[in-house]
Amino acid sequence: MNEIPLTHILFVSTALFFIGMYGLFTRRNIITMLMSIELMLNSVNINFVAFNKYLFPDKLDGLFFSLFIITIAAAEAAVAIAIIINLYRSHQSIDVDDATEMKF
Amino acid sequence: MSSTIFILLRQELLLSLLIFLLLFIKIGKERSNESILNIINVLLFINLAAGLFGSSEGGAFNGMFTTNAFIVLEKNILNLAMLLISMQSYAWLKSHKQLAEFYLLLFTSLLGMFFMISSGNLLMFYLGLEMSTIPLAAAANFDLAKRKSSEAAMKLIISSAFSSGILLMGISFLYGTSGTLSFDILTAHISNNPMQLFGFLLLVSGFAFKISAVPFHLWTADVYEGSPVAVTAFLSVVSKAAVLFTFTSILYKVFTPIATVWYGVLVVLSVATILIGNLFALRQDNFKRFLAFSSIAQVGFILIGISGSSQTGSASLVYFVLIYVFSNLAAFGVVSVVSALTGKENISDFKGFYKTNPFLSWVLTIALFSLAGVPPTAGFFGKLFLMMAGAAKENYGLITFAALNMVISFYYYLKVVKAVFMDENEQPIQKLSIPVITKFAMYICIAGIIITGLASMVYDYIYSLSIGM
Repeated sequence: MNEIPLTHILFVSTALFFIGMYGLFTRRNIITMLMSIELMLNSVNINFVAFNKYLFPDKLDGLFFSLFIITIAAAEAAVAIAIIINLYRSHQSIDVDDATEMKF
Repeated sequence: MSSTIFILLRQELLLSLLIFLLLFIKIGKERSNESILNIINVLLFINLAAGLFGSSEGGAFNGMFTTNAFIVLEKNILNLAMLLISMQSYAWLKSHKQLAEFYLLLFTSLLGMFFMISSGNLLMFYLGLEMSTIPLAAAANFDLAKRKSSEAAMKLIISSAFSSGILLMGISFLYGTSGTLSFDILTAHISNNPMQLFGFLLLVSGFAFKISAVPFHLWTADVYEGSPVAVTAFLSVVSKAAVLFTFTSILYKVFTPIATVWYGVLVVLSVATILIGNLFALRQDNFKRFLAFSSIAQVGFILIGISGSSQTGSASLVYFVLIYVFSNLAAFGVVSVVSALTGKENISDFKGFYKTNPFLSWVLTIALFSLAGVPPTAGFFGKLFLMMAGAAKENYGLITFAALNMVISFYYYLKVVKAVFMDENEQPIQKLSIPVITKFAMYICIAGIIITGLASMVYDYIYSLSIGM
């Protein structure tokens, strides 16, 4: 069996990154926007692990970096959800179109 | 060996100690807000004073953490700004229930910035950056009952998470092309490789988000308007200064081989930033929004100074940031007092302000003159040195453009001064009683604005410490 080449994996991760970006720009529900951001962060994780496995198998930097990204993404999501709960209390909605008091 | 780590990390350790002390104050016996505030301000003063004594040079944790006299100086400036913000928000915090948590969030953020500034590794840099932005989003939501505050926090956390996603993608490409995260080794691998350039551009856009340079500035005004004034002051002074310091040191240390590439990037960013910041500042009525756009324009001038890529470049950056701390915090101090005591935050509310509050009016006027860059104040010298650093590249069109935009900026800064001194108002803001400690902070700011400009040894001292490319 042939090994999957690195370019295929990079294609997947880049596609995932831009799918996440597209989701962030088009979705109007804040929870879904948060999920899109997680998608972007996970594509970076794929990148790091793939680079580590294919190009620098004797190093561990990339693996450690992806572990830290996972941890920090969790912390970020915790704070974001706390903020969203508070937003829901004041606006009775988690739609970004309803939170438009400040413009220009 | 173990004792050197304590000396190298002493500013970070002291700040961590403060965080733990705050936790003990929080769970300890009931105290009045005034006494807690006094304790914290004394602690912050000790923190600032301890940082001033001696400097150490070296690295720790296998090159993850590096420090030298210049980095210690940058951290001292941030400590000073933190102390001033704390003194100025006295009137607002005096009646706030969750006082200790407010300081916990800001101190944690400041600790993250310290680690970010002295990072010697992309992993450490990322951890410091996140440690400084996540608590800030929580702090932006500190007026829990206000609708605007939660909206601002939502915008801040979404845009900062998005920007760190972009930044991480850039870092992953840099890792893929070089196989290392350490700054020292990375420099040797930087070349015009397209993948590396793409990674570099993503990294720069992540930075541009944090310093709110123009194509990435859209979150700034909303977040500044919605957050409590103390948090806005922190965001616009401390957070921006820390990211600018890191940005400069990464550009100068790591991306030296592609200096021509990032010179072009900086020129485009600074032209757009100055122009858009100025044009939008013209039409603002909310004071915090006005200061947000003015700070965007100031970042544009700073980027011109950085683009000089010389010892003058980094020295003029630190010098300007020091002046910016004094002048912007003096302006924010006035807004903070007025907002805490009357709830008014619009420029039109400040009409006739001089008749009732002459002291605050003079503080505001001197601060705005310094931000605009009128000669006797330090702001003029700060901008002069930034332009001098930028002019070293002999791109005189850019310098002329910046100078013309300084003239535009006079219009909106002086419009506020006119409203304060000349406009009639039937119901001006009544006479305010300023807390003594806030008044003291304002005196420090005014002294700083005048002395840093006139005493040449300040700039000479910064220049002697700074490192070029």
